[in-house]
Amino acid sequence: MAEDLLIATRKGLFALDTNDIEGAPRCLGFLGDPVSSVLYDRRDGSLYAALNLGHFGHKLHRSDDFGASWQELAPPAFAATDSGESGGDKAPSVTFVWTLVAGGSDQPGRLWAGTLPGALFRSDDRGESWHLIESLWNQPSRKDWFGGGYDDPGIHSIVVDPRDGRKLTVGISCGGVWLSEDDGESWQLGGKGLAADYMPPDRIDDPSIQDPHRLAICAADPSRVWCQHHCGIFRSDDGGRSFVAIDRAAPSGFGFAVVVHPAEAETAWFVPAVKDECRVPVDGRFVVTRTRDGGASFEALSQGLPQGTAYDLVYRHALDIDGRGERLAMGSTTGALWLGQNGGETWSLLSAHLPPINQVAFRGT
Amino acid sequence: MPRVTFTANLQRHLDCPSLDVEGGRVVEVLAAVFAQRPMLRSYIVDDQGRLRRHVNVFVNNVMISDRDGLGDLVGPEDEVFVFQALSGG
Repeated sequence: MAEDLLIATRKGLFALDTNDIEGAPRCLGFLGDPVSSVLYDRRDGSLYAALNLGHFGHKLHRSDDFGASWQELAPPAFAATDSGESGGDKAPSVTFVWTLVAGGSDQPGRLWAGTLPGALFRSDDRGESWHLIESLWNQPSRKDWFGGGYDDPGIHSIVVDPRDGRKLTVGISCGGVWLSEDDGESWQLGGKGLAADYMPPDRIDDPSIQDPHRLAICAADPSRVWCQHHCGIFRSDDGGRSFVAIDRAAPSGFGFAVVVHPAEAETAWFVPAVKDECRVPVDGRFVVTRTRDGGASFEALSQGLPQGTAYDLVYRHALDIDGRGERLAMGSTTGALWLGQNGGETWSLLSAHLPPINQVAFRGT
Repeated sequence: MPRVTFTANLQRHLDCPSLDVEGGRVVEVLAAVFAQRPMLRSYIVDDQGRLRRHVNVFVNNVMISDRDGLGDLVGPEDEVFVFQALSGG
């Protein structure tokens, strides 16, 4: 396996061998088309690409030969009879798939898709068919959700418990953190302790309107959930039910992405920007922040990253970590791709000329 | 029988030659098209059957007005054009 990194961009899907320092990204397909999410399913070797075509809607493709050929599948969609918002708003239609996630190791063929508007879909046949998880869609509090970054609410984080594939943690911008222990049959609203300073004072701590930009768990200890929230960094020690604010991150606690060390729950990485109204690195210094003590302290990792002249922003799916917790990959909206070695202590620029990057994903083994 | 012709930009994604189909309204004409080519449906209309925001449909030289219901009339000698809008790129 030469190419070990997938890169979903505004203008195509690419793959790269990160061990070949001279290598260039190779287009696996969809050149010119926005790829909103990519999934390499380690269980069976399938590769999935979700597209968000500017004119012709969202699409889903699957490859069984790592991009040599693709098959178009019917993408997740609402039934024509699915009800819209209360009060007679327009009946829903999927805008695009924001995240594609594989089910548990004991659930072959199961996929989850999070979409805009904020809907969760499940497939049990490798994406051949999808159905809406109505138990989440019909939550009464959904009427309070609203868009964050897009016009509609969206599901961007679907975390499957590696010990038990029936347990899900879902992040919605802006609809909070939702928990299921029964394959999505029923849901509990988590996120107690998250704080939204974009709300009136009496609703700052309302869990149903929080904007968790990204959720990530420690694979070895899934009860530890890290959240890069619109209003800072938070950590949960009880599987997302409650969070504590982490206010030590410098130069900023604002950002989109977070990854957690697969074996060390106290260790997590973030990519800061100034703030919500100024989404560029602080003082043009592009850094990755890392905590190794549960958020008590942070380091700003900068070796190999541009300092003083950078305007890169890293989207929520554009930071990934390998299965050993040693190497990180990161892509920016200005089309730069980096590889971080030794836990991000040193960074190498792999490409400076990709399209804007939506997602990076290690292919794994 | 009305003829339906698709933008060349759509041909990039899937095969969609011009088709002669039955129908007295745009919704009927497109339904006949989708019956022959099911995968084409989601490229033209959304989950609820509404014309996608950045797709335009003309009957001869006139852009249709009913983007949700597609109720615009189509005569047997008319040509229906499916274009991509200049927005949405």
